Amino acid sequence: MEEIILRLSNFIAAKILKQPNRVISATEPLISSGLVDSFSLMDLSLFVEDTFGVRIEDTELNADTFDSLEQLAKLIMSRQ
Amino acid sequence: MTTLAHLIQKNYRAHPQKTAIVMQHAGKDDFPISYHDLVAGSARYAKTYVREGIQPGEVVVLILQHGEDLVYAFWGAVLRGAIPSIMPFLTEKLSPERYRADLAALIAVTQPAAIVTYPEFEADVRSALKAGDSVRRVLLTDQLEAESEPGFDQLSGLTRSPAEIVLLQHSSGTTGLQKGVALSHRAVLNQLEAYARALALTEADVVVSWLPLYHDMGLIAGFLMPILSGNTLVLLSPFDWVRAPHKLFQAVSRYKGTLSWLPNFAYNFCAQKIRERDLEGVDLSSWRVITNCSEPVKWESHQAFYQRFQKYGLRMNALQCSYAMAENVFGVTQTPLGTEPVTDEIDRESYINERVAKSPVDGKPALRMMSSGRALDNTRIRILSEAGEVLPDRVIGEIALQSDCMLTGYYHRPDATEKALRDGWYLTGDYGYTLNGEVFVAGRKKDMIIVGGKNVYPQDLEALAYEVPGIHAGRAVAFGVEDPEAGTEEVVIVAEVDTDNPAERQKIADALRRHVSQNSAVALRRVHLVGAKWIVKTSSGKTARSANREKFLNEAG
Repeated sequence: MEEIILRLSNFIAAKILKQPNRVISATEPLISSGLVDSFSLMDLSLFVEDTFGVRIEDTELNADTFDSLEQLAKLIMSRQ
Repeated sequence: MTTLAHLIQKNYRAHPQKTAIVMQHAGKDDFPISYHDLVAGSARYAKTYVREGIQPGEVVVLILQHGEDLVYAFWGAVLRGAIPSIMPFLTEKLSPERYRADLAALIAVTQPAAIVTYPEFEADVRSALKAGDSVRRVLLTDQLEAESEPGFDQLSGLTRSPAEIVLLQHSSGTTGLQKGVALSHRAVLNQLEAYARALALTEADVVVSWLPLYHDMGLIAGFLMPILSGNTLVLLSPFDWVRAPHKLFQAVSRYKGTLSWLPNFAYNFCAQKIRERDLEGVDLSSWRVITNCSEPVKWESHQAFYQRFQKYGLRMNALQCSYAMAENVFGVTQTPLGTEPVTDEIDRESYINERVAKSPVDGKPALRMMSSGRALDNTRIRILSEAGEVLPDRVIGEIALQSDCMLTGYYHRPDATEKALRDGWYLTGDYGYTLNGEVFVAGRKKDMIIVGGKNVYPQDLEALAYEVPGIHAGRAVAFGVEDPEAGTEEVVIVAEVDTDNPAERQKIADALRRHVSQNSAVALRRVHLVGAKWIVKTSSGKTARSANREKFLNEAG
């Protein structure tokens, strides 16, 4: 799980936030805080699919399904 | 046909069973609404407005998400003769406090008689109301009059005069919400006629749109025009589209869509992010006009879109452009039908330094400009110098327009109206140049940032920056810089801070990003913290945004 969180965190910091040094904690809100904005949700789901082989449906790209790296990692693991 | 209500009545009588709208919701089956059902659903709202004492000519603010209620509440207001104004719904990231403050700002200027919303959202709406304000009723979507056959005789919408105001359009943020564009029946109908001629619109056309209805492009091109013209509209939600952009292409394929409007960033977004498997079997050959509109148009974006989707039957000459604004109801220009937008290669240096569009010079960098098309046949365009003189081709000045579909004024804002109009011409605040009748838009005089087609006022973002601990009032500046990969602008905030400590600065930068993202329509990424006296001020002490933008680009690129 930590490995998944680290890879997600690195991706979001480098590609979405464009601040490679930014550390995102496992419980920090992603969507409800606007950290990952709606235009970047597709990038995140493409990354998850290409990296972990797990599909996230478009109807799941919202804070009710996951709003932190921890929740997203759990979702990924439950589908692997 | 003198009013919008008359056109609705005409379509209701001519083809009651024709599908007016196909509503799409992620995870649900498509839901068709016939012209009969559209009027029946809207008449319920009209009767509810009567019951609640909403008078013709009074403003009704609609705070509703994509769905049937929004459609019926809007047309219900038109049938009642009241003036609908759609306010964006609260988003996941926006702070509820900010939303209430924005709503209060809208109410203060617009003076609506009623607000329509969902029962779940009633408490939020009521918390923005003050004793003694104009709002007499908060109408809930579960308190409607029973459905019955619509009797047009009892609907006062048909008795409105063409010169009366039919709707208001706002842009986002405190500044935008306090500057509602008021449009008359006549202006809307004149625009629709001129625009329909430019598109050679027929009743067989099928419009496919995911655009939000609180925005002029979505409201006029993606809602009013198809419904008033008796077309079928396939309506997706912007929320769903941004998470599944392929649904636009599937909808075009399934319903043989012919017309769509997209802001420039959407061309890049679709070309970059759609998976091949989501396009299997898609046929785009019916798509005859896709209009790029509402932010600067980029030739590169059209190329990327065409390259990506030509194998699904997309035609290059379907990709057109328009320059549009709510103050002209919508369209000002449009690419002539069946042609590709004209491009013009110009010398970059003289474009930036002398504000002229000269032919490229050998060995020097050139820019490829794409035309927004030619003026609609009811609209005249002039390019004006600072002194108000008409400028010749290839010289950049402010775009001014005159037409039979201009705004009546900014609602309850005679000051703003007076500033925008000069001798019957509307001064757009956009820079541009003409060439053989083609209009090339070239930057903005007004301080406005356009992100993904949304207009954002920098003064609203700066006011938010001042609320962040460590940033003092008057010591932050917001502006847009081009993001070529995304095909739109990106917001930058430069703020002066007292501390040199990197950890402290990091904290302030993070707080600034979070605060602006949660309190505005944009997600702030680029923050540039600097020391004292960095920000360039004018002699009168105002922040000079364009000078600060230049300085930032030189320093941080």
